[in-house]
Amino acid sequence: MSNPENLGYTEEHEWVDLAVASATVGVTKYAADALGDVVFVQLPAVGDKLTKGEACGEIESTKSVSDLFAPADGEVVEINEAVVDTPELVNTDPFGDGWLFRMRVEDEPELLDAAAYAEFTKEGGE
Amino acid sequence: MSNPSPLHAVHEALGASFTDFAGWAMPLRYGSELAEHKAVREASGLFDLSHMGEIELTGPEAARALDYALVGNLSKVKPGKARYTMICDAGGGVLDDLVVYRLADDHFMVVANASNAAVVAGELRERAKGFAVEVNDRSATCALIAVQGPTSADIVRAVTGADLDKLAYYASVPATAAGHDVLLARTGYTGEDGFELYSEDKHAADVWAALTEAGKDHGLIPCGLACRDTLRLEAGMPLYGNELSVDLTPFDAALGRVVKFDKGDFVGRAALETRRDADVAEKVLVGLKSEGKRAPRHGYSVVDADGVEVGTVTSGALSPTLGHPIAMAYVPVAVSTPGTALAVDIRGTKTPVEVVKLPFYKRPA
Repeated sequence: MSNPENLGYTEEHEWVDLAVASATVGVTKYAADALGDVVFVQLPAVGDKLTKGEACGEIESTKSVSDLFAPADGEVVEINEAVVDTPELVNTDPFGDGWLFRMRVEDEPELLDAAAYAEFTKEGGE
Repeated sequence: MSNPSPLHAVHEALGASFTDFAGWAMPLRYGSELAEHKAVREASGLFDLSHMGEIELTGPEAARALDYALVGNLSKVKPGKARYTMICDAGGGVLDDLVVYRLADDHFMVVANASNAAVVAGELRERAKGFAVEVNDRSATCALIAVQGPTSADIVRAVTGADLDKLAYYASVPATAAGHDVLLARTGYTGEDGFELYSEDKHAADVWAALTEAGKDHGLIPCGLACRDTLRLEAGMPLYGNELSVDLTPFDAALGRVVKFDKGDFVGRAALETRRDADVAEKVLVGLKSEGKRAPRHGYSVVDADGVEVGTVTSGALSPTLGHPIAMAYVPVAVSTPGTALAVDIRGTKTPVEVVKLPFYKRPA
């Protein structure tokens, strides 16, 4: 599986796109494949102030529930309504239409680049 | 580390995701578990269940030994028929739920859950002492492939040539598939019509290939353990470790009907008689349904109208067939009537649920 080069990654299997004024956050294909069919996504609300590492939502598949973790400090400015209505977007297009929310980050977080993240998942990072 | 199934290479070629299940590396899913679930409800699914335990009892007193070892009346089962039953400890606690096939007057095959296979084999050996019977644990070399779903009869007929009109539910017959001897049984764990083919492990890949080929025109796809769990949950079937445990008797699980007292002594008899006569069920197993998408899950608390914890969820999922969350839970008898309003604490949110009759899903007649 290929992790897009333009994104940064967390060890919680989230990706972050810092290229625009607000950062876009989603989960990686590795995470989507591990979850199985996603049937429910609970996202933070617009305006929520998040602290890096805190649980800020949930992704539920047929078999399991996983927390979403804030990848940085900042305020949620937009959520993906499409993924709330159609959670399988997380499986079909995790790096694209399956994005989860956008946040205004206060300090640019430290992220893994695509190569480091690929190495991390190869080691069986959970 | 994990034991590979005899079909491991086949699953790898099909791109399966694997899960460790009781020491076996088994397919969890091949693609989408929802698509696999749907295939079993609407066409057919092909399952590798080679992790299940198979223990054979052979000898003139095989039936008597099983009558003593298990809670069922196995000597009353006719050759060619099968029975759902349980093995309990002396206190009446469930050690495993089983399907027992009577293959001949003096020959039975006990099928145990993978997680309990060694315990069951050990108990059977112990309990068979003094009876003229030989106990052989064949779990390591016996493969099991299931075909489940409304088109399964067409597929199995094409592969085995067996007269399936004469093969009733919970019956078995020796057959051949891909030139190999198999035991063909009309049993399953999905709530659909379906078949299970027991073969030697070295023949499993041939049997799988023949079923795959015959299934091409019948919507058959390979299915993993993920959808097997949601299928059995919709069908209201208990899973050992969730709905059944050594801390519960068959009566607690609303399965007291499998305990037969019209026979001689058997392990657990005294305790089970007391349990039956006292009728002290504090909690009973019920079905729950709710709205929305967040499913009650194993271990979550059930609370009453006042928010007081009254029970525990044993299994739950968003039902792929019904589209709403379903769950099984142990709750007090007083709040077990269908229609009763309760709630489940779903990670801090009290979510309304309603008690409903099991099963959640029954296949169209």
